[in-house]
Parts: sequence; C-alpha cells; structure tokens
Amino acid sequence: MNINFKWKPVAAMLIVTGLLAGCGAAKQEGSSPSAVAGKPAEINVYSAMEEEQIETYLTSFKSEYPNVKVNIVRDSTGIMTAKLIAEKDNPQADVIWGLAATSLLIMDDQKMLEPYAPKGVERVLPEFKDKANPPKWVGIDIWETAIIVNKAEMEKRKLTIPRTYEELAKPEYKGLIAMPHPASSGTGYLTVNALNQLYGKEKAWQYMDKLHENMMVYTHSGSKPAKMAASGEAAIGISYGYSGIVEKKKGAPVEVIFPKEGSGWDMEANALVKKREIKPEAKLFLDWAISDEPMKEYNKNYAILSIKQEGGKPPEGYNQDPVSQLAKLDLYQAARDRDAILAEWEKKYGSKAEPK
Amino acid sequence: MKPGYLSLRGIAKHFGKQTALQDIHLDIKKHEFICLLGPSGCGKTTLLRILAGLEKADRGKLEISGKDITAVPAGKRNFGMMFQSYALFPNLSVGENIAYGLRNRLSKSQIADRVEELLGLVELGEQRHKVPAQLSGGQQQRVALARALAFSPDCLLLDEPLSALDAKVRVKLRREICRLHRQFGMTTIMVTHDQEEALTMADRIVVMNKSRIIQVGTPNEVYENPRTPFVADFIGAVNFIGMDKNKHGGAALAIRPENVQLVREDHEKGKQGVVRELEYRGAHYRLVAELLGMKDAPLQQFVVIDVPAESMISLKIRMNQKIFFAFPPEHVIQFDSTADLAAAQ
Amino acid sequence: MNMNIWLKRIRPNAGSWSQNIVMLTMTAALLIAILLPLGELVMKAVTDQEGGFVGLAHFANYFSTPALVASLWNSIKVSTMTTFIAVTLGFGFAYALERSGIQGKWFFRSVALLPLFAPSMLHGLALIYLFGNQGLISTGFFGLLPELRIPLYGPVGIVFSEVLFTFPQAYLMLAVALKSADYRLYEAAESLGASKWRTFWTVTVPGTKFTLISTVFVCFVLTFTDFGAPKVVGGQYNVLATDLYKQVIGQQNMQMGAAVGVLLLIPAVVSFVVDRISQRKQSGWLSAKSTPYRIEGNRRRDALFYALCSAVSAIILGIFLVAVYGSLVKVWPYSLSISFSRYEGLFEGAGPFANSLIISLGTAIIGTLATFMLAYLIEKSRACPVVRHTSYFLSMLPLALPGLVLGLIYVFFFNNPNQPLNGLYGTVWIVILCNIVHFYSVSFLTMTSSLKKLDSEFEAASESMNVPWYQALLRVTVPLSLPTILEIFIYFFINSMVTVSAVIFLYAPDLKPASVAIVNLEDSGDIAPAAAMSTIIILTNLLVRTVIMGLSGKLRKRTEGLLLRKEG
Repeated sequence: MNINFKWKPVAAMLIVTGLLAGCGAAKQEGSSPSAVAGKPAEINVYSAMEEEQIETYLTSFKSEYPNVKVNIVRDSTGIMTAKLIAEKDNPQADVIWGLAATSLLIMDDQKMLEPYAPKGVERVLPEFKDKANPPKWVGIDIWETAIIVNKAEMEKRKLTIPRTYEELAKPEYKGLIAMPHPASSGTGYLTVNALNQLYGKEKAWQYMDKLHENMMVYTHSGSKPAKMAASGEAAIGISYGYSGIVEKKKGAPVEVIFPKEGSGWDMEANALVKKREIKPEAKLFLDWAISDEPMKEYNKNYAILSIKQEGGKPPEGYNQDPVSQLAKLDLYQAARDRDAILAEWEKKYGSKAEPK
Repeated sequence: MKPGYLSLRGIAKHFGKQTALQDIHLDIKKHEFICLLGPSGCGKTTLLRILAGLEKADRGKLEISGKDITAVPAGKRNFGMMFQSYALFPNLSVGENIAYGLRNRLSKSQIADRVEELLGLVELGEQRHKVPAQLSGGQQQRVALARALAFSPDCLLLDEPLSALDAKVRVKLRREICRLHRQFGMTTIMVTHDQEEALTMADRIVVMNKSRIIQVGTPNEVYENPRTPFVADFIGAVNFIGMDKNKHGGAALAIRPENVQLVREDHEKGKQGVVRELEYRGAHYRLVAELLGMKDAPLQQFVVIDVPAESMISLKIRMNQKIFFAFPPEHVIQFDSTADLAAAQ
Repeated sequence: MNMNIWLKRIRPNAGSWSQNIVMLTMTAALLIAILLPLGELVMKAVTDQEGGFVGLAHFANYFSTPALVASLWNSIKVSTMTTFIAVTLGFGFAYALERSGIQGKWFFRSVALLPLFAPSMLHGLALIYLFGNQGLISTGFFGLLPELRIPLYGPVGIVFSEVLFTFPQAYLMLAVALKSADYRLYEAAESLGASKWRTFWTVTVPGTKFTLISTVFVCFVLTFTDFGAPKVVGGQYNVLATDLYKQVIGQQNMQMGAAVGVLLLIPAVVSFVVDRISQRKQSGWLSAKSTPYRIEGNRRRDALFYALCSAVSAIILGIFLVAVYGSLVKVWPYSLSISFSRYEGLFEGAGPFANSLIISLGTAIIGTLATFMLAYLIEKSRACPVVRHTSYFLSMLPLALPGLVLGLIYVFFFNNPNQPLNGLYGTVWIVILCNIVHFYSVSFLTMTSSLKKLDSEFEAASESMNVPWYQALLRVTVPLSLPTILEIFIYFFINSMVTVSAVIFLYAPDLKPASVAIVNLEDSGDIAPAAAMSTIIILTNLLVRTVIMGLSGKLRKRTEGLLLRKEG
C-alpha cells in the first residue's frame, strides 16, 4: 500500500531536481526564464482573491507558461494569514498573490518574506510597494468598503437607503445587516480598522456596539454579505465594492453605496515566500503578476491599481474619482493594531449567541 | 519400541492456557489404517492437524521413514487431508475441485487423465460439471475423498469423514473408504468419535481422552482388554462391579453386559437382583437389574445385562421379577488403578 | 497402488512467510495510519507550540473561555435534541416498515435512505430555500400563502438538518433490530394473556433495547461531531465542531484545536464502548430456533404508520426537490425562471467534481483492496495471533474517530517536515488514506462477517494440497466474496463523495473535492452553485449504486446458491 502512496511525491521530487538541473543549463545559455518552462513545474500560490477572479486572471499566465502548474490555495484573508503563519517553519506556499497588505506586513515582521524585485516593479507607484530595495511586497490594487443595499427589501419595509456608517447604526435596521467577521475576512478587518482610525479607539467601539445590535450575522467571507443582500437573505450587506457590483450586474435589485465618511481600504499585494528552495517559477509568477495583461484584468474589478493605466477608466459602478472616496488610513498602524483589535472584537461580539 | 513408518515422539500442544495434547508417542506402520477415537475435546483432531502440518506442535518430533518432518509445511508433506466439512470449494465444479491441487504439479493433459481416473474411482463421472451445492452429502464426501487422493498422498488423513451423513449413507461410505484403502494401501489415519466406526474400520485404534493417548491396540484388544475404566466405558457398555481386594491398592473390576451370566437360584457365586428396566433391542434384550442385599433389601446398585431374545422367552423374565446372575471370572476385566474410574464419569 | 513418480514433484511452497510479511506490513500500515496520528493528537493537546509539556493547560484555557464553554453546551443541547427526534422517528419508521402491514414499503425505505447519498450541507442549503428570510415557506410561496417564519439560523436549523442527517442511520440500525425478533416470545406473551401495549413494553422494547442504546449514541456522536449543518445554518450559534474548525483553520491554533479534538473524541469513545458491550448482550436475544415476526392485520395501526411514513418521506423528498429547484432558479427570489447555468462547467476536466471522482474512485479501489486483505488475513490466516489481535483492535479503532478529529490528527501527524511520510502531505494520497481510514471499520466488519460465513477449512485444504495461499485466495475466497466486495466498494465511494469533515483540513491545493467546494461556495454566499454541486453528487452516487447493484444482483444470487445446502 505504501509503495502505491509514495510514487507521487517521489515523482514530484524527481521533477524538481530535473528542473533545477535544467535551470542551471538555462543560465549558462543566458536565455530567458521561459526556457525553464520546457519541463513541467509546480508552484503553490496562496491567495485571498475571489475564486472567479483568480480563474480569469490566470488565463494569461497559463497561455504564456503552459508548463508551469499553478496550485491555488484560496481562502479568506484571515484564514490565509493564519495558515501562512502556522506554516512558517515548513512553508507550503511559494508565492503569495493578492493578500491584504496588512497581513503581509505582519509576515514581514516575522521574517517570512524574501525580498524580490519583480520585472517592471519600477512602474509600480511608490506608495504601493515596500520601501526596502528590493521590496518584500508589491501591491496590485486597492479594495474598499461598500454597503450593498437590497432596494426591494428596503421598499418592502419602507426604509431609506443608508448612505453613511452613522445611518447604519440606526435602530430601524435592527437584524437586517450582514457583515464579514474581521478575524477571518480582510474586508471585515479593513472596515473595522477604518472605523478605528476614523473615530478613534473609544468612539469606534461605542459605534460598533450599536452596529452589533443591528447585526443579523457575521459571515466568514467578505463577499457573502453582498450575496446575501442580493438574494434578500439580508437586507443590507457590508462588503466591498466589487462584490456588490457583480451582483448588480447579475440582475439583483441592489445598490452599491460607498459610505460618505470614507471607505475603509486595504491593498492586495504579492510577495515571495522565504524558504529553503525558491523555485524560479515563483519569481516568474511574480513578474507576470504585475505585467500588463493581469493589470488590465484587475482593473475590470478594481478601480485603483498600483500601476497607472493609460486611458483606463474606472470599472462600471465606481465613482469617477475612486481615490477620493478612500478614508485616510495608515496601513502600518493597521497591521500593528490587528491582534489587539481582533482579540477585543472576539471578546465583545464573538459569542453572539443567536442571530435575530 | 521400534520406530514405525510414521513416528510421533513426545508431541505436546497448548492453545493459550488450554492443553490440547500432552506427551503423545505413537508409531504407525506403513499401509496401516489407524482410527483416533475419543470424546469431543480429547485432542484427536488437533493431533490429526499436527500430522497434516496445519498446526505446529509446541514440543515433540514427527518422523516419516526416519526423516524428521516436524518443521515441514503442510503442502510439502504429501499428505492427503479430508476435512469434516469437506471444505469443497463451492464455486468450483467437481472436476475443478479434484484438479485443484494438481495444477502446480502436472501438465494440463496429465491433470485431465488423473481427474478422469479419480472420478471413475468414486463413481462420479456424470457429475463432473456440477458444483458442490448440486450434489448430495454422500456425493460431496466422495468428491472430497477423490480430491484428497488426487496427488497419490503417502498418507491419507480423514477428519470425521462420515459424521455429517445419515446412518444409511454412512455405512455405505464406510465400506467404500475401506475398499479404497485395500486397493491403494496408503497409510490412513481417521479421526472419529464413533466407536462402531472405529471398531469396524481400523487396523488399530488409538483411544484418546483429556489430551492423552489412553490405549493403542487392535479393535479386539481394545474391546476385550480395555486398559482403563474409561476405555471400557467409552467402547461398548460396561458394568463396574467393585474392587479386587486381593490386589495391592485395590484394582477396579468390570464386566460387559453380554458376559453377565443368568444362573439358577442356588448358584454358589450367584447374586440376586430385581429387573427395573427392560429394553428390546432386536436380537437381544437389555435389562437393568437392581442388586438386592440381605432380606431382599434393594441396594440401589444396578447391573446391566444383555440377554439373547430366546433366553428371555425361555426364562420368562418380566419387570420387577427377581433374577439370579453371576460374573464368570474369565470375563471380568481388571484395571491397574482406580484413578481413571472417576475420569470416566 | 500405482504411485506415479511424477506426482511427487512438489513445487517448493511459497510457504506462510509471504503471508506473514503481508500481514506485518498491513499491521504496520494500520499503526502508522491510525495509532501514531492519534498519539500525536494527545501529544499536541498537552504541549505548547514549542513542544514543552503544559499538562491540561489547554483544557483549563478552554474551560475558562466563556464563549468556548458555551459552544460545548450548545453542542450537547443540539445533539440531545437531534438524538431524541431522530431516534423516535427512526423507531416509528422502522416499526412501520418491519412490523406493520402498510403498502409501499419499498418506496418508503428508498426515501428514508436517500439522505445517505447527499453531503450533509445539502439539508442546510435546502432549509435556507425553505425557511430562510426569502424561503419558500417563510414567504408563503412568495406571497401566495400566509408567511410562516421560524428562526432558522441557529439551533432550530441545526437540529432540523441534523435530524435529516441522522435519521437514515437510526432507521437502519433499528430496522435490523426489529426485523430479527423471535416471534415465539410474542406467541408466549399472547398465550399468557398480555395486552398489546404490555407486550410492546415487555417484549419489543427489551428485545431492541441494546440496539436502541447504540442508536442513541450513534446519533448523538454523529451530531456532536458534524460540521456541515452548523456551518450552513448555524448562524452565530457556535458548536464544538465549528469551534474546532475556527481554531484550526481560522486561527491556525493547532494546540487549542487538539484540545477541542480530544473533547470531541470523548462521546465517540464512550459510544464505541457502549456499542461493543450492547452487541455482545443483544446477541443473547436470538437463537437459531427463533421464528421470524409475523405481521397481523390491524387497520388502525396501519393507517397511523402510513401517515407517519408519508409525512417523513414527504419532508425528505421535499428537501431534495427544493435543493434541486434552488440550483435551477436564476436569481432567487427575484427571477424564478429556470436556468442550467450553475451546472455548466461542473464536469470540466479539473474541477472539484472531477477531483471528487478521482478521490472517491481511489478510495474505493484501494480501500476495498486493503479492507479485504486485512479482513482476510485477520480472519483466515494463521499468522502470529498477537499480530492478528493487534490488527483487529486497530481495525475497530476508527469507529471511535469522528471525521473532524481524523482530519485533524492527519494534519498534526503528516504536516511535519521531520516526518518521513511528510511527502504525502498536500497530495491526493493523504486524502485517500484519510477517507479509507474514516470508513474502514464499517467495511472491515462487513467483510469479516461475510468471510466468517465461508468454511474455515478452505485455507487448510489448499495448504494441504500444496497450493500457495494467494492462489486459494484468488480462485476461491475472492470469487465467493465478490458481492460483499462490491458492497464495500460502493460504501467507500459514496461516503468519499459526500464527506467533508475529515478532508476539509487535508485537501491538496490542486485537488479540492466537491464536498469542500460546497462549503466554500456556501461560505462566500453562493447558495445556488452549492446546491447544484450537491445535486450532482447525489445523482452520481445514485447512478454508481444502481449500476453496481444491478451488475452484482445476479452475482449475489449465484453466490448465495453456491453457499446454500451445505449439509445436503
């Protein structure tokens, strides 16, 4: 039985060995890394981006490097962060692609990231990448808090559409709101962080106490509240812009509201995982991840990109000036506060017994 | 003792804390037909399986023609074994069952010839394509026998081969086994708990009880001169009639029912009794008499007496009638010790 | 006797050493696959992250965190409720089918077993479609009828879907107990003038008492350790199983996860022991002379049970149909037109559905082979008794291992760079191995009881004819066991298709199974695609079962014929 079981890892090791040999040969010839792709290779990519996004993004990588097998491990931001930290001593991931920058900052603190300057990194706007050179992480886009409101449900209940954080806490929305859990969802944390930095610690908790009263459910994923709002399961979902816009496009009776006080936001960023054997394909992947093709795809979902798009228009459903919508936030501070905020949050709201 | 063709020396076997065999010594001559006889749980099947190589003895040595085969695995001993359940393979036809052990030894055509020969031998030529479930019990038994004989074993081992059959078929197959034994002369060892089977079939009987061999001898020896009360009681019926006070330590005495003699009232060694039970057995009657003491007081001691049918009529014996009988000294069996008397009960 | 010399050319026997090697290898595999990972769990539960011994600190920590203690109580409450309802319904249903004269038993039986073919999340999904805020029943079929709202998310939803999940198990176990009654006891009771009611309490209940106890424990443990239902309809109502998931996946806190895992293990171990004891006791109630139960005519009883069976069947069928309907509706509840868009791409080469097929086939093939070999060697070989007893014990052990705990201990054991088998981690093989162990004990018991029915002398007969054991195995034992082997194959396949608890911790990045995909889809709010995926799994399972049972039907009859009439 064991003989049967062993062949795959052994085969994989043989392939990797072969690749390293091939790599050496390639260097001697001085040819481009794509020559490496002559033999099949595998890289593990950890990502917190949406499942359907990943698929479309990857098509250009697959057509360019058909011989590199990309294994995507996807989960929500909180889980990917915890997973990466847990695997610190035996990293399974080769590349982190599209994970919240606040999480990457924590990992950088724990010396888990390998500095690498992907090809074209000079085009990335300075505020979107690590200040070190070579940078340990490079951003690709920004996503932000949005309130997804089901108009049909609002009409049925004769309620007005909330347009600010302040309005969300009004008692008439009691039991109607779904929001992502900040410990597991990046969207959840960036929203809580925004409240924290906008209002200041004390006022933020007071506000969230009131918001908690209106909560129907804290979801695991950041996009779920948008989907719940779309199906009317919840009347209002606190989510992020893209997910609400997708539902609207599909025909759900929702409106996507960016709160007046300014949206919470975080950056989706990439990094190379520090480990004993760094595969050349991992670097190849990071080079590709900020190249033109995927950037164009990111832009279909996100308004704010780390590389200025020539004549690029913000995607449908976004304000003309998406940057002005963002709250003034300090990501480094957000990373430092994360543990304390999550612990306090869990203590206050974690055991909300029964949703009503 | 001169070692025989098949010789067992000090075989012992335990299953966990249970003793199955202890200190078994036995010599078997070539071509002999041996019956291992004993009550269930006496270790006879274990002994057969040790002979077959299906169990390993804890101690002792097993030799065939002077060659030590104690450690030789079952398959290489060239012993044919027939199981109590027959162990016919239900999914294989009669022919395939018989050919089963030949596949690794012979060519295809040789197998076909051999199967043909064996089917003729057990008169099952017609049934070769049937599966065991389609055969009667007697037919199944003969297939099993043919299978055990297929590769001409040096020794044939039979584990209660007839126990699953009804009485009529049993007698018929008993004769068939004896015929095959006479015809081929392979050394045969058969396990049975049926004394009649052992008496009619065996050249020698090995009586076993409580994981030991109690007596080895021809059927006649074992019947006429049982060495212990157990053997006397197990083979045939017997009356235990007290102790011989002349012998040192006191030896038990016994007599078989057919040897008890009915006598006249004034016979010098006559004893008196009352008929308490009467059983008609065809050629004879078996009666149970209660001994009477002084002044005809019942002693609550009983003697079993077999009386030929014609004597019953001539003597006009009825229930509760007083009778007189004697134990002819030439028929009284003496045992060396009383130790086994308890063991028999 | 004409002793042909050529007959004596005996080929050297492969001997039993080859058998001993196989036996030892497989026992070693059991040790590695079951016992060592379990040891790792206990180790983790009493050490800190750096491996230092901390005793019961994690448990102390657990019991001093009010939220976590609350989940423990929630788990107990929900499991008790579920057990009570499922066992009551299961008993009623089994009684109706085994002891009453109602019509359509075949139909009711099929419906009752339907939930076994579905992933446990399906019930939750269907309940959302029925009782969610936009559910069919909550909104009174979108306004046609008065609204009927229940607080679905929370204990109500969990209990509802756990009852659906455990009901078939309860029914199956109790049906066996009710079927195997000794009618002579009923005749005796009647002749002694006992009333029907008294007979029920003095004969029926005691006769099924031990099975009833076992059933109660099985249902309790299934609910206590299930993850699918609370995940989907639990809302903010935390239970132990979701806690474990949160600790391990959400916070990657393995030590705390281990402590929760040990807690989850407790009722399972108790259930295991109780089941062993009650099996021994129950066997005394039946003898070879027992006569089967005869059903007497009784209109009122039949009408009552018919109503019960119809109601239960309607609920089960309703749940399944609603799930299918939900997967087809375009935008629930705003655009009710039918569309097959959720099913597009499900069958594509590398999707979760294909992964599940690979995993399930792998599990079924390797699992069936391994189970058969182990059952055969333990039951039929004469290898060292100590080794066989060890193997037997190890083979029963997975009965006490809930899937969630099994998955967890595999993470602990295999995801360790110093572990020689670390290479398995992250491959499809570890998922297959985990599934095999998860469903091994039941298969093993089925296989063993089937092998017990074969003559124990077949092996000895072969041995005495110098035929190697593996030839006897292939020519006789395997053909005669084929119906059971196929049954086990189906069991492995279906369960691997629907299981989520064990594999959720283990699945390889490139091989996410469909059941996990359902959890992920539901997680991100994609209810309809999750329902579509569940529907596909059910259909596949039904198809596989029908095809294999169809093929093996004839085989089974033939084999039964062969094994019949042994005494002639």
